[in-house]
Amino acid sequence: MGTVLTVRDINVYYGAIHAIKGISFDVNKGEIVTLIGANGAGKSTTLHTISGLLRSKTGDIEFLESSIARTPAHKIVAKGISHVPEGRRIFQRMTVEENLQMGAFVSKPERIAHNLEYVYEQFPRLKERTKQIAGTLSGGEQQMLAMGRALMCDPRLLMLDEPSMGLAPILVDQIFEIIQNLHKAGTTILLVEQNAQMALSVADRAYVIETGRITLSGTGEELAKSDEVRKAYLGG
Amino acid sequence: MKTFGKRKLSPYAKDSAISYGLVTAAFVIVSILNSMGLVSSSLQGQLVPICCYIVMAVSLNLVVGISGELSLGHAGFMSVGAFTGIVISGILETSGLPDVGRLIAAILCGAIMAGVFGFLIGIPVLKLRGDYLAIVTLAFGEIIKNFMNIIYAGKDSTGFHLRTNPDLGLEPTGRMLLNGPMGATQVQRIASFTAGFILVLVTLFIVQNLMNSKQGRAIMACRDNRIAAESIGLNVTKYKLMAFTVSAALAGMGGALFGLNYSTLLPIKFNFNTSVLILVFVVLGGLGNIWGSIIAATILTILPEALRQFADYRMLAYAIVLILVMIATYNPFLRSRVMMLRDKIIPKKDKPDEGRKPRTRRKKSGKEVG
Repeated sequence: MGTVLTVRDINVYYGAIHAIKGISFDVNKGEIVTLIGANGAGKSTTLHTISGLLRSKTGDIEFLESSIARTPAHKIVAKGISHVPEGRRIFQRMTVEENLQMGAFVSKPERIAHNLEYVYEQFPRLKERTKQIAGTLSGGEQQMLAMGRALMCDPRLLMLDEPSMGLAPILVDQIFEIIQNLHKAGTTILLVEQNAQMALSVADRAYVIETGRITLSGTGEELAKSDEVRKAYLGG
Repeated sequence: MKTFGKRKLSPYAKDSAISYGLVTAAFVIVSILNSMGLVSSSLQGQLVPICCYIVMAVSLNLVVGISGELSLGHAGFMSVGAFTGIVISGILETSGLPDVGRLIAAILCGAIMAGVFGFLIGIPVLKLRGDYLAIVTLAFGEIIKNFMNIIYAGKDSTGFHLRTNPDLGLEPTGRMLLNGPMGATQVQRIASFTAGFILVLVTLFIVQNLMNSKQGRAIMACRDNRIAAESIGLNVTKYKLMAFTVSAALAGMGGALFGLNYSTLLPIKFNFNTSVLILVFVVLGGLGNIWGSIIAATILTILPEALRQFADYRMLAYAIVLILVMIATYNPFLRSRVMMLRDKIIPKKDKPDEGRKPRTRRKKSGKEVG
């Protein structure tokens, strides 16, 4: 199993605030790796840095053995990293299908029909609503749409930022079921979650981030059993 | 992308064809009325400006409505187009080229020049967002106005001269084309209603095709959600710059036609007030609504003249009309009635198009653009 993503000693600042203080981790092919941590720990910032929306002052980010630390954001998507941003960022005024087609903006035209079918297979709910205006979808459906859109460009690495945020428990279960299905289909996933319990239950490996640093790492199972994680994130 | 482009295009192609048809019908009707002597002389004089303002409004709609950035300096690009057009037409005056050829050359050069200005200004401006962007476009509009105030151009047998001071050293037979703050004088009025009509068609063609193209989709995606657009790999700055440049070039075309419709034109004509006037057309017509822009530009250009009988109360009446129109178009009851009427006249399109309806409806109000 080869390494898909290597993050080495990145430091990210928001002005004077030192948000990420030397984080390093890696993601192997076919894995689900999760970053867990409290609000403001730097989880989303890490994802933004990988997808090129923020820049690291130091260190390097390697994707499929080439450095992407200085690659502009729109080219990183074309290289195969698909980022599902926090808070269901969909194109409100386009239909479901148009949203999905936008997701294929950088990919090869001949792949669109195939990928569209694949996304509808993974998200049958979206198929029922192809012509609906995306802004009128429910929260869970919007999250599915954002994830489906990210799958449209044949990603080699799918980065999910808080997919369970603001969803009812039953929908959270559905979303995580889909994440596991994608995992079974061979997608490499980097998952950022506050819902540590759910995240650890699906993850192959996990990293705990606290105030910009990685404080713990291990397999999902190990961390779920670890006392520190249980106290801090799993409620005893 | 081609495959889905084609499939999507058919309803749009129909919409576009309807637009061209309606504009052509309006042109034919007005022309016939005109030849029958039924058009008042004051309205006659406004036919070309109406076409120019339609072009201006539709082009500004591309930035404000489609790309979602508030621009307060659109008159600047009109100015660049107008004076470029006047200079080109002046240079070619003695070339023996027919008026039509000169007009086309002037409009094309006006468009190119304004497009270049739009591109150069767009690079720094589009790095900003929201209110900041609006203020900076306002500033650039003023800069262009002041820039035009210090440009002197003339021609004589030795060729064309362009300076930033009045001392061009022209031969006695030479002719001043641009005279700084005094602007252009003795311009040959080669603009015509027919040219204006064609320009409106060209603008519609460009804007509608852009809106329905892959690039247009990308522009709207950047407007709807910048972060989502970035996350699917769109170069947001590039698409915003594309919309801004095309809009500026179209404004340049409208400006060139405008400039060649008057024998005298001052740079101060294209000030902040004009920018706001065009913005009023766009907002009143509905952001992103091309037809709204056309109708608003037409009515609001005619209105001040039509209200002349109110003499001193003219601008007051104009303001009241604006307020009433705004209230009427934002009244949900009235809007739903109009929609019902429209659905009756134009039967609902076949199924795949149905999902589109709420979108056009929302666009009409322009409320959601932000």
